[in-house]
Amino acid sequence: MNNKYMISFIAVFVLFFLAYLGTEALGLDVLFGVLIPYAALAVFIVGFVYKVMGWARSAVPFRIPTTCGQQENQLGFRQNTLDCPSTAGAVVLRMFLEIVTFRSLFRNTRMNFREGHKVSYNLEIFLWLFALIFHYAFLTVIVRHLRFFLEPVPKALQLLETVDSFMQIGLPVLYLSGAALLVAAVFLLLRRIFIGNVRYISLASDFFPLFLIGGIAFTGILMRYVTKVDIVSIKQLTMGLVTLHPTVPEGIGGLFYGHLFFVSILLAYFPFSKLMHLGGIFLSPTRNLPTDTRATRHVNPWNYPVETHTYEEYEDEFREKMVEAGLPVEIMPEEQPAEEAEADSPSEEKE
Amino acid sequence: MNDRGKIIAGLAIFIAIVTLPFWFNMGKAAPVPDPKLTAKAKAAKECVESTAYMRAEHMQLLDVWRDTVVRDAKRVYVTEKGKEYMMSLSNTCLDCHSNKTEFCDRCHDYASARPYCWDCHIDNPKGEN
Ligand code: HEC
Ligand code: HEC
Ligand code: HEC
Ligand code: HEM
Repeated sequence: MNNKYMISFIAVFVLFFLAYLGTEALGLDVLFGVLIPYAALAVFIVGFVYKVMGWARSAVPFRIPTTCGQQENQLGFRQNTLDCPSTAGAVVLRMFLEIVTFRSLFRNTRMNFREGHKVSYNLEIFLWLFALIFHYAFLTVIVRHLRFFLEPVPKALQLLETVDSFMQIGLPVLYLSGAALLVAAVFLLLRRIFIGNVRYISLASDFFPLFLIGGIAFTGILMRYVTKVDIVSIKQLTMGLVTLHPTVPEGIGGLFYGHLFFVSILLAYFPFSKLMHLGGIFLSPTRNLPTDTRATRHVNPWNYPVETHTYEEYEDEFREKMVEAGLPVEIMPEEQPAEEAEADSPSEEKE
Repeated sequence: MNDRGKIIAGLAIFIAIVTLPFWFNMGKAAPVPDPKLTAKAKAAKECVESTAYMRAEHMQLLDVWRDTVVRDAKRVYVTEKGKEYMMSLSNTCLDCHSNKTEFCDRCHDYASARPYCWDCHIDNPKGEN
């Protein structure tokens, strides 16, 4: 037992029953079906913009790209353009592959001892694999959910649904992405619970999103395959939301409101959680800067102009007094008129 | 290095995507489908099971029917009220709901459900439309 995941689990459990009982027993359908989803979306958008603009305002004082290959050089060693890019185009390619294939996660290794004290580094493939499944399943499920929000449903979306259900298991047909999402979320959760050193570094804020997303997938799957819901009424509600004419049809059932409340919580929580890596990945200086540190000087644009007072200026200011006090000066006052031009020249260095 | 312009452009695209459903449906009224009952269905007054059950679970019922017929070779279904029906997609459902395009399809288009049953099963057994 570990209170970090128990607290997260209980929180998710309580949230579900809040929505379930709120709609089933108290009839707060308008609250959970209209007001909270709208509020959550507003918090999501404003919070997201606020976070990203905060990052945009922050300084990048140094150029800190991670270099995972040979840098550009004049010695004839072949450059690894993908892992040590020096041009904007190569950086875009690196970012793209990072985002769609999680290359840096793939490099993840685990150290082991073999035959006593021999160190070996093994590929730790499962985190990468399940993270990839998790994210793609999540994306597919969200895109497929657009069928509740678009009317008529675009052809491309219908094609996606057909592909996703091509196994034609059961009725309604099983969507593979929905099942994959639940399986991957459970894997990522068990990994944090059962691997000791991962559990040690896991916080409640790591467990909560996993329980929440697992809960969303679980309630969604319940609705589709187990205790069916009236999809036509639900689409009436969702279409009401997106056409700004909210309607709350009768008899949708607490399970749906539980699902929707989970999603609302996820949206509102998103900007203030680790899930902001959705925006953060684009702004990672270790990934999005070219490795041209030797070719171009990186000036932090947020550097404020530093007021300098060079020795020459200092001497100009106090020369008479210094001479009176018998201190050595570089330029004697008598020579001043002749050296006028030379005295000005150090000002160029100031820039 | 100040990339605020690029970042704001990226944010604008992100917000446009997130709010896509609002733009897509702007100025459109979303008509709620109204499945039309045939004269025969109206005369029968009620469906195989209660209307609420049929609305949400008819695919489940069809799944049970299919398996019972094909695997157990039993063709008669007894409803909760004790009425008997032949378990058949084309000959029972489409007997009362012979107007598939105006009944089944109206809901299915709305909910983006495309049952593949009609690859094999005849969807117009009475040859009406
Ligand atoms: C009240 C609206 C409505 C009517 C009328 C209706 N359906 Fe459906 N049907 C649905 C919805 C909604 C779904 C999709 C459920 C989901 O996605 O979870 C569905 C799904 C199905 C499925 C499963 C399809 C799949 O690929 O998952 C079958 C089969 C089906 N309906 C058969 C019929 C037949 C046959 C009729 C006409 C006799 C009919 N339905 C009439 C609303 C309706
Ligand atoms: C005896 C005629 C009859 C048969 C057979 C029949 N239905 Fe119905 N069905 C009806 C009637 C009548 C209604 C309307 C009930 C009402 O409005 O309360 C109805 C309603 C429905 C609804 C709900 C429509 C809505 O607007 O909510 C669905 C879905 C449906 N039927 C599907 C089927 C399917 C699938 C089958 C085959 C398993 C089937 N029906 C077989 C007569 C029939
Ligand atoms: C590959 C072709 C094929 C597809 C696709 C198909 N079926 Fe069938 N179905 C059959 C065959 C063959 C039988 C057996 C017919 C018999 O013995 O009367 C059958 C029987 C049935 C029966 C019972 C017998 C009857 O007369 O209807 C039901 C109910 C049924 N299918 C439902 C469905 C539903 C619902 C779907 C779509 C989700 C579907 N089937 C898709 C081939 C198919
Ligand atoms: C974070 C976003 C969401 C996730 C991850 C999610 C996840 C899921 C999953 C995994 C399913 C199972 C069926 C499938 O694979 O499609 C499902 C079903 C469902 N979801 Fe969601 N969901 C989300 C948002 C929403 C929203 C915003 C709504 C509506 C307002 C919604 C309404 C439904 C409904 C009605 C079903 C039942 C579908 C059916 O019976 O065909 N979901 N959800």
